[in-house]
Amino acid sequence: MLVNRKLILAHFWLAFAVFGIALTLGAWQMFIRSPIGTWLSNPELYYRSLTAHGTVMGYVFPTLVAMGFGYAISETALQQRLVGVRWAWTGFWLIVIGSIMAVIPIALGRASVLYTFYPPLIGNVFYYLGVVLVVVGSWIWVALMSVNLRVWRKANPGAPVPLAMFANVAGSYLWAWTAVGAALELLLQIIPVAAGLKNTIDAGLARIFFSWTLHAIVYFWLMPTYIAYYTIVPRAIGGRVYSDSMARISFILFLVVAMPIGMHHTFADPQVGAGFKFIHSAFTALVALPTLLTVFTICASVEIAARLRGGRGMFGWIRALPWDNPMMLALAFSFVMLGFGGAGGLINMSYQLDASIHNTQWITGHFHLIFGGAIVIMYFAIAYDLWPHLTGRELMDIRLIRTQLWLWFIGMIVTTFPWHWVGILGMPRRMAYFDFADPAIAPQALSVTFSAIGGFVLLASGIMFIVILARGMRAPLADAGPYRFALAVHEPKTVPVALNTHALWVALMIGLTLTNYGYPILNLALSSGTSVPAVYVGAQ
Amino acid sequence: MSTSDTHGSASAEVAARVERRWATIAVVIIVVMALLAAFAGIHRATMPQPRVETTDPSRIHLSGEFVESNLGSVLEANGAVTVRAIGQQYSFTPACIVVPADTPITLRATSADVVHGILIQGTNINTMLVPGYISEQLMRFTKTGDYLMPCQEFCSFGHEGMWGKVKVIDKADFANRAKGGGRLSCVGQ
Repeated sequence: MLVNRKLILAHFWLAFAVFGIALTLGAWQMFIRSPIGTWLSNPELYYRSLTAHGTVMGYVFPTLVAMGFGYAISETALQQRLVGVRWAWTGFWLIVIGSIMAVIPIALGRASVLYTFYPPLIGNVFYYLGVVLVVVGSWIWVALMSVNLRVWRKANPGAPVPLAMFANVAGSYLWAWTAVGAALELLLQIIPVAAGLKNTIDAGLARIFFSWTLHAIVYFWLMPTYIAYYTIVPRAIGGRVYSDSMARISFILFLVVAMPIGMHHTFADPQVGAGFKFIHSAFTALVALPTLLTVFTICASVEIAARLRGGRGMFGWIRALPWDNPMMLALAFSFVMLGFGGAGGLINMSYQLDASIHNTQWITGHFHLIFGGAIVIMYFAIAYDLWPHLTGRELMDIRLIRTQLWLWFIGMIVTTFPWHWVGILGMPRRMAYFDFADPAIAPQALSVTFSAIGGFVLLASGIMFIVILARGMRAPLADAGPYRFALAVHEPKTVPVALNTHALWVALMIGLTLTNYGYPILNLALSSGTSVPAVYVGAQ
Repeated sequence: MSTSDTHGSASAEVAARVERRWATIAVVIIVVMALLAAFAGIHRATMPQPRVETTDPSRIHLSGEFVESNLGSVLEANGAVTVRAIGQQYSFTPACIVVPADTPITLRATSADVVHGILIQGTNINTMLVPGYISEQLMRFTKTGDYLMPCQEFCSFGHEGMWGKVKVIDKADFANRAKGGGRLSCVGQ
């Protein structure tokens, strides 16, 4: 049951349009700082571009995908018209207005602070207000997901909440709480300074607030991908979900342990002691658990599909998989990238190893591989899967879809593997150019060139993606039938209350955040003499 | 696929058992990793900076350990070396740090304006410089030679030009240079 198709399409189209722009900027950045580009006479242009790329890819694009997908899940999984459509449109328009408000100062060079803000650097106040509007718009979505589930529960007392909706609501709660860290940083610290009400700021405290958001936001980006793994992939390839309850446990674990771990981004920082860094490091190890469980459940679900198709043997079943099915391809690519990216992540979370690669190009390679690779390729798959149901038209270009997915995978590997390597060599992040004539830097030139070429492969793939969707809007009409989610091998008839509701887990999430962040934040907030003068960008 | 027949419930049990086994393996992997990190932290002293120290960046050039005349490398009475440095848009002071090989060295650094970072290429020496706070890193070089020391954190439009250098020299050579007292650096050499 997809009633509000226009609403969902609006979210997806805006998401993919801004994605296209940010992807183009990204490819240009890769080119201009590589040996095949010429030195920028004005490095400031690079940082404008970088701020726009990060702000769009970090805040706007994944949020819109999660929202559009969330509305689609709410209508299809619950078989219920979306409640609060007007509010949903309000949220959408807040994001549009917020994005425009943020992008103007960026384009003018008045907000080149990168999407991670970096106070005491302070940009134009409208940049921050724009970001706040985007977040507020997304919070409306969070509230709507909760309201829609509540309405459904009233009509279906005690019934198991469909897995897709259970996970979707967990993702929305995760986002609501995750965004609070950056919101506190913006509202209490940065915006008063940017508006001229204050002229000093505690940079150390700001970094701790931001770390609250910076890590868990990754799991918010990941949610649509994991929902697709569990509830779309098995259906699309003709299998079943191995275990419904393990899926619920994974999503709950993300909700609880994604939050209190952000300080592993600040291992090298002087404003927190080693104790809390160790606690956050250990909790970060815990967050690998839901991913390990997911890898098992999804591989088992895929194996079921293969065996239903006649696959045999210990590994022989792999050949029986429907490899020409775009969903199968996307899943396989996503898992390969998740494997490499996850292994890199384990290195980042251990503070012994982190010291070797902290703030080097390794980190940039890492999150592009995980987010741009493993996560975004499933966003593509979600769009391809939903498109016929949203447009009422068939997606005709199956071969083109396969090529697009292949190119994205190849492009991401070619871009990020050399990127990791130069990080190990000690190449720092966020630099507009490098002096490749320096004998100490020259050995990195070849790797950086490969990365830049990979960037263009990604750009080509991104353009193909948008073209395929645009052509899908004009294809002949065809009824795609009702939208279905994957069934479990053993469909749940009843589900324990703990696996059917979120309240307990939300309470744990908040509780763990308070224990892991409360003391460091209070300690920094109450210590005097650590506020430093703001440095206004564009004022020099 | 029905759960009502006996075959279904038997297969459900097998499925649950396999799943539990995997979950146990996953938990063991994670516990071992956390224990290894704790062990390495305690026994190999590879820990992040343990203490938090603060300083007022608007006064560091006037008094305290980061006044200009105190920046650079100093040979302490116990044979160890202390290096003091600051980062500011867009350079380090001193821009070239000179240290002896095979000597325990303490790097103490802070920022005079925005957030910077110190990374010494080819080593695992890597720390943030956050204005208002003092960063401390223990280091020891085994090989003499020149190392690049870029700023690893975005510090505004000149970030790409913020590169310093570390010159590791022979221990005896360093002791010779340190004889006259004062603070050593290799700026201009």
